[in-house]
Amino acid sequence: MALSGFQVVIGCEVHAQLLTRSKIFCGCSTAFGGEPNAHTCPVCLGLPGSLPVLNQRVVEMAVTVGLALGCAVRERSVFARKNYFYPDLPKGYQISQYELPICEGGSVPFAVDGQERVARLTRIHMEEDAGKNVHGVSADGASGVDLNRAGVPLLEIVSEPDLRSADEAVEYVRALRAVLMALGVSDGNMQEGSLRCDANVSVMRQGAERYGTRCEIKNMNSFRFLKAAIEYEARRQVEIVEGGGKVEQETRLFDPDRGETRSMRSKEDAHDYRYFPEPDLPPVVVPAALRERLRAALPELPRARARRYQDALGLSAYDAGVLVADPQVAAWFDRALEAYGAGREAAKKVANWVNGEVARLAHEAGAGPAAWKLTPERLAAVLRMVDRGTLGGPGAKQVVEEVYRTGAEPAAVVEARGLTQVSDEGAVEAVVDQVLLASPVEVERHRSGKKDLTGFFVGRVMRELRGKGNPAVVNALLKKKLGGGS
Amino acid sequence: MTATSGSELAALSARQAGARIAAREVSSRELTEAALGRIARLDGRLGAFLAVTADRALAAAREADARAARGGRLSELDGVPLAVKDLFLTRGVPTTAGSRILEGWLPPCDATAVERLEAAGAVLLGKLNLDEFAMGSSTENSAYKPCRNPWDLTRTPGGSSGGSAAAVAARLAHGALGTDTGGSIREPAAFCGVVGVKPTYGRVSRFGVVAFASSLDQVGPLARTVEDAALLLGAVAGHDPRDMTSSARPVGDYLAGLEDGARGLRIGVPREWLGDGLEPGTLAAVRAALEAYQRLGATLVEVSLPHSRYGIAAYYIIAPAEASSNLARYDGVRFGLRAGAGGGLREMYAETRQEGFGPEVKRRIMLGTYALSSGYYDAYYLRAQKVRTLVRRDLDQAFERCDLVAGPVAPGVAFRLGERVEDPLRMYLADVFTITANLAALPALSVPCGRDAATGLPVGLQLVGRPFDEATLLRAARALEREVGTFPAPEVA
Repeated sequence: MALSGFQVVIGCEVHAQLLTRSKIFCGCSTAFGGEPNAHTCPVCLGLPGSLPVLNQRVVEMAVTVGLALGCAVRERSVFARKNYFYPDLPKGYQISQYELPICEGGSVPFAVDGQERVARLTRIHMEEDAGKNVHGVSADGASGVDLNRAGVPLLEIVSEPDLRSADEAVEYVRALRAVLMALGVSDGNMQEGSLRCDANVSVMRQGAERYGTRCEIKNMNSFRFLKAAIEYEARRQVEIVEGGGKVEQETRLFDPDRGETRSMRSKEDAHDYRYFPEPDLPPVVVPAALRERLRAALPELPRARARRYQDALGLSAYDAGVLVADPQVAAWFDRALEAYGAGREAAKKVANWVNGEVARLAHEAGAGPAAWKLTPERLAAVLRMVDRGTLGGPGAKQVVEEVYRTGAEPAAVVEARGLTQVSDEGAVEAVVDQVLLASPVEVERHRSGKKDLTGFFVGRVMRELRGKGNPAVVNALLKKKLGGGS
Repeated sequence: MTATSGSELAALSARQAGARIAAREVSSRELTEAALGRIARLDGRLGAFLAVTADRALAAAREADARAARGGRLSELDGVPLAVKDLFLTRGVPTTAGSRILEGWLPPCDATAVERLEAAGAVLLGKLNLDEFAMGSSTENSAYKPCRNPWDLTRTPGGSSGGSAAAVAARLAHGALGTDTGGSIREPAAFCGVVGVKPTYGRVSRFGVVAFASSLDQVGPLARTVEDAALLLGAVAGHDPRDMTSSARPVGDYLAGLEDGARGLRIGVPREWLGDGLEPGTLAAVRAALEAYQRLGATLVEVSLPHSRYGIAAYYIIAPAEASSNLARYDGVRFGLRAGAGGGLREMYAETRQEGFGPEVKRRIMLGTYALSSGYYDAYYLRAQKVRTLVRRDLDQAFERCDLVAGPVAPGVAFRLGERVEDPLRMYLADVFTITANLAALPALSVPCGRDAATGLPVGLQLVGRPFDEATLLRAARALEREVGTFPAPEVA
């Protein structure tokens, strides 16, 4: 970042929708989409007389996340009301936690350019999501409110201002996201907003001890936008300070179309949320027995898994990191490896495929492993054909792509597309001899060392074999017949 | 059985009425028609009802009679005509909370307490008048009409459950439900000469009760007799999975020990409660009741509640603070009144709330909003919560030396309509003795203990008990009731 002489300081607030079936304070479905207000009841509509009933799964998920991140889990935490008026907030207050959140402390380890870093956490608390205002719902331009999302459980995870660059912020959120996904509490989907990140950004002169005035940046629904927004905001603040101005504390919105942040509300307009303990809910009690039961049930976390991939399978830090970023992908990798064969070489091959061609196809389709028609077992079958020499590299790519799209058996695709590779030495040798005989001039030039014409001969042989010759066999035979060449 | 006249039927207590139905001496339909007849005849002057659900009541009565005929009654209350404060949600029946902002709103569900009464077979006659959102001590803050005291139509029935107390006293219903946040069941019960119980916080579900101050609100019965109060309380009390603040403690049989008398009870008399500020007639009636207890074999113990004098200040911080938040949902977006919709969002909010809320509600929203504001929270809300803890501690200490605490319900008898509307502080002082039990989350009741010598108006005695010890309160109240009797039907001129 072109911020010479300045240090950017970032803290993140991540909101993660929890993967419970029902909402945090009522039995309504948390399913995404649906007709507007289809998933509502008197409680999440905020009708008079309705009362919240806490979904115990939310508490368990919050505790699980807290334990995974090394937080202190409060035995007794308290819900509070955050009061403000907005049409998508049915009760006129959000039930959240304020003074006594369920988790405090803890940290998230992450890596930037191979450097290990740790961001400390301030707190994790439970709260309810708001609904959505929908504008222009009728011909007269009226606005509507869809409360399907109102009451969907959220965890708010607040970091200390420990992040020192946009890249660090991105890697921090990536690492946190991987943990939440590995714990099965979040789907990690930033586009649909089930994982949202706000960043508190400030700048100070290098070596300064006091942080500058911070601005809170909202509306960054991808890692790319998170990076772009922080970089823009840091530059903006540096320019203000260098111009002799003062950064005003405010909330700013990232505009992805323009790649800039702009003021949403100033400190003066900031809400006074009038927090007070929620009288409709007793304190949340997490007995030691529940806490320990949840601790015992913690799955392997992404960093441990990545470490295992590196130590036991010999994968690079990069490959391991990419695999564990999505626990479903990592699990898919594990199954493919199981189906294909053990060993470091096998692991490297499978990882290359998963992080390469398979990731490319999945990215195009935008779907997770559960939706892939390419099963781990089918990928293993493709790799075995390559090993046997009956399928070449380019052919393998074609097969994987078709299996990914159609779910067909790899052998059937190879058959149907005529991709079976000619590896039979006798068959290849006959063609090689034929080509060499038909090209005496070139053979002479090659042998005399005037020019390396290996490529020319390979091309000819392959043409005769309609591209199905096993390149290794072709090369080996040519080398033998041409007497080593260059 | 047709020989019984309408007023004779109306004079039956709820339990008597139930027993007559069981004996097939009278039908639910006759009782219901008698009650509806009295409502039609008298309520124009009284103003106790905001809505009368005659068709629904008669249909329910027919079903109750069919059950009685089959020998399959649901409970002692099966077929008995009752009514509920218009703060309880009733499915498909207008529920206004006494406010314009909810005019015409039809709730999609019933309050748990209503559901339980109906599950017991009770017949619901309609919805009873109240101060808007239960904020008041006279029912004059009703946005629809004032309610009058059946003993003197120039006076208020108390509030906020004034309609409930007036309807029960005037024999328009055999019993009623009210809610009590700072005295809203006990004060009107005392003013109208009926029994009113505010149970322990958490004893009755608040689900479906329009919230005023969530940490203080509690549902309870208003009844002609202590026995009826016990019966009604037993019908609605108990854990409700829809209200996390409702207690899982089992509900005792409130009728079982009711006749055990007062012998051996240690009754604490707070020295702070019988001092200045009490009308002489009220003081005399309360003293007479205490003497009666001594005759009945109870011991009087002087106790001290030094922090109760701060209670009213703490209450008028906590209750408005919670109310300011509870009432934020009346924004014109989803239900009830919507005004100013032609303008922007802010206009809609402002005009809806300007038109929809009455002056007392607005006053409390402003008080509460202020008390919770950043910079004032510690000085007001937090401090009030500390007072609350101290008030409870006073009572816990008192209960080391006594079984219940007795004193006045209100400083005086029912006051005149209009007398205090312009003086909110004086109105608030009507709650000075009752709010203690709300702040401390303890059970309390009001039982008639005599008449004010000067006016002949009813005076109530307040009893406050240990947590979930409603049974002792009811037993003590019943002992007094046997001594002083119940009030007859007032002449509603």
